[in-house]
Amino acid sequence: MTTVVATIQDYLYDLKKNRTAYYYTLPAFLVMGFVILYPFLYNIVLSLSNMSLTHFRDWRFIGFRQYVTVFSEPLFYWVLLKTIIWTAVNVFFHVTIGVSLALLLNRPLFGRSIIRTLLILPWAVPQYITALTWRGMFHYRYGAINLILVKYFGVHQIQWLSTPIGAFAAVIITNVWLGFPFMMVIALGGLQSIPRELYEAAEVDGAGRWQQLKKITLPLLKPVMIPAISLGIIWTFNNFNVIWLVSNGGQPADSTHILVSYVYKAVFNYYRYGYAAALSMVIFGILLLFSVKFIKQTKGTKGVY
Amino acid sequence: MAKSGLKKDPWWMTTLIYAILLIFTVIAVYPILRVISISLRPGNLLHTTSLRLIPKNATLESYKILFTQKPFLRWLFNSTIVSGMVTILGVSLASTAGYAFSRFNFKWREFGMISVITTQMFPVTMLLIPLFVMLIHLHLYDTFLGLVIAYSATVLPFCIWQMKGYYDTIPVSLEEAARIDGSSQFGAFYRIVLPLASPALVITALFSFMGSWSEYLVAAVILNDRALFTLPLGLKQFQSNFDTEWGLYAAGAVVVSVPVIILFLFLSRWLISGLTLGSVKG
Repeated sequence: MTTVVATIQDYLYDLKKNRTAYYYTLPAFLVMGFVILYPFLYNIVLSLSNMSLTHFRDWRFIGFRQYVTVFSEPLFYWVLLKTIIWTAVNVFFHVTIGVSLALLLNRPLFGRSIIRTLLILPWAVPQYITALTWRGMFHYRYGAINLILVKYFGVHQIQWLSTPIGAFAAVIITNVWLGFPFMMVIALGGLQSIPRELYEAAEVDGAGRWQQLKKITLPLLKPVMIPAISLGIIWTFNNFNVIWLVSNGGQPADSTHILVSYVYKAVFNYYRYGYAAALSMVIFGILLLFSVKFIKQTKGTKGVY
Repeated sequence: MAKSGLKKDPWWMTTLIYAILLIFTVIAVYPILRVISISLRPGNLLHTTSLRLIPKNATLESYKILFTQKPFLRWLFNSTIVSGMVTILGVSLASTAGYAFSRFNFKWREFGMISVITTQMFPVTMLLIPLFVMLIHLHLYDTFLGLVIAYSATVLPFCIWQMKGYYDTIPVSLEEAARIDGSSQFGAFYRIVLPLASPALVITALFSFMGSWSEYLVAAVILNDRALFTLPLGLKQFQSNFDTEWGLYAAGAVVVSVPVIILFLFLSRWLISGLTLGSVKG
């Protein structure tokens, strides 16, 4: 009891001492509380209820039964597996392509800034336009991809959007395309902050290019890339737009879903509100577990003092 | 600028580097050229197996229909209003909150920063139903104000994190000097720190703007009245009708993307210096 009082006193004291800090943060937190915190709490309540189309007004608490349903449906594990594959493949290509291009660009080259600008383009295009455009490019007969494959590579047309594997490949290709520039820009920023003297010293010591890359560039790039990669993982895991718009709502036959789009389907097509809320909590839980590690690693919550 | 060394790259390496960069540049640019190309096709050639970038009988017909026969200008106007308001709100709230997180050692800092980053983990679908119900109760359903508040909240976390990271790089001594000269806390922030943080402010503004300019899902849930439709909702309509309106979609996509692309490229110099994830400085 005394500790509770002491804690409250502590906070009140802090509220007084750092009043300015609270003033500065209050407006942002009001807006976020309104749109994010309240819905989050509401969602917890919903996940413990049996709300659905048949029990819309007369819903009641049913404890953790929705969570049991989530974990007892085999489909959940299949979609989870696909979500993990989706995230891993995407982030892997984002980072490898992004960092490689940044390394190539980080030297005096003729036309360097033009090339860099053009390479950032996929990031600049609104995501839904990218998704809808690539959907058109994957069209079996008139899509640019198949036309190019047939004309220049002599490969037979691929059934991109009408087979489960083809559609999944299509959404991944689209997302890799739009995601690598972000990692490239972060890596370029990181490369600029590496002091030149390190390379000069390495050169004096007779270290070759490969040695310099392995011993200086990559290790010093790591602290810059880790937060970006972690954020990239969270964003990709929850990327609804690309999946939904490229595969037109999970086609063919709901085979391209990742967890977020699967929840959306449960809500807006099957009206399983309680179930969808529980599944959302599970997604959140997975990402939270992952991120606890992330925040510990980056120490990003510290200020200058 | 040199990655490594003071030695020059051998010629074969330079060639190889150019070849790789060229391939990726083509991949990055091609889909955009393709949309432009489709938008220039005459109506009877929408479906063609031609790969020409400038189509035969190129015409601006699709653009004409878009602006004269479709409510495209309406959508453009709506999107501009919404994105503009989100940008103003996002920049002002993120620049102040980020500053507090960078400069004050207050009790809520850790908790605040963690909750800001935690919001990124909520699947958007989790917020949609409660948000939908709540906005109906507050009579904000189907209004721009509802959409602006929802968007601001979704762009804020990244913007706060981003601003905080940049403030961390600005020496505290500058404000201390201003304080000694008799400036108030807010004065020091407003007159000294904020101008120095302009690269980060530009990036924050850009992301707030782009976030709302390109958002589809939340708009689809909140807006029902066709007169209030924003660009993504309008363009999606064209696209779902692959047969008749593919050219209109492409023309619309070009008009929507060009301003943001120009803005983005114009600001890309600042992207590299202004985009911090609050990482390097522990």
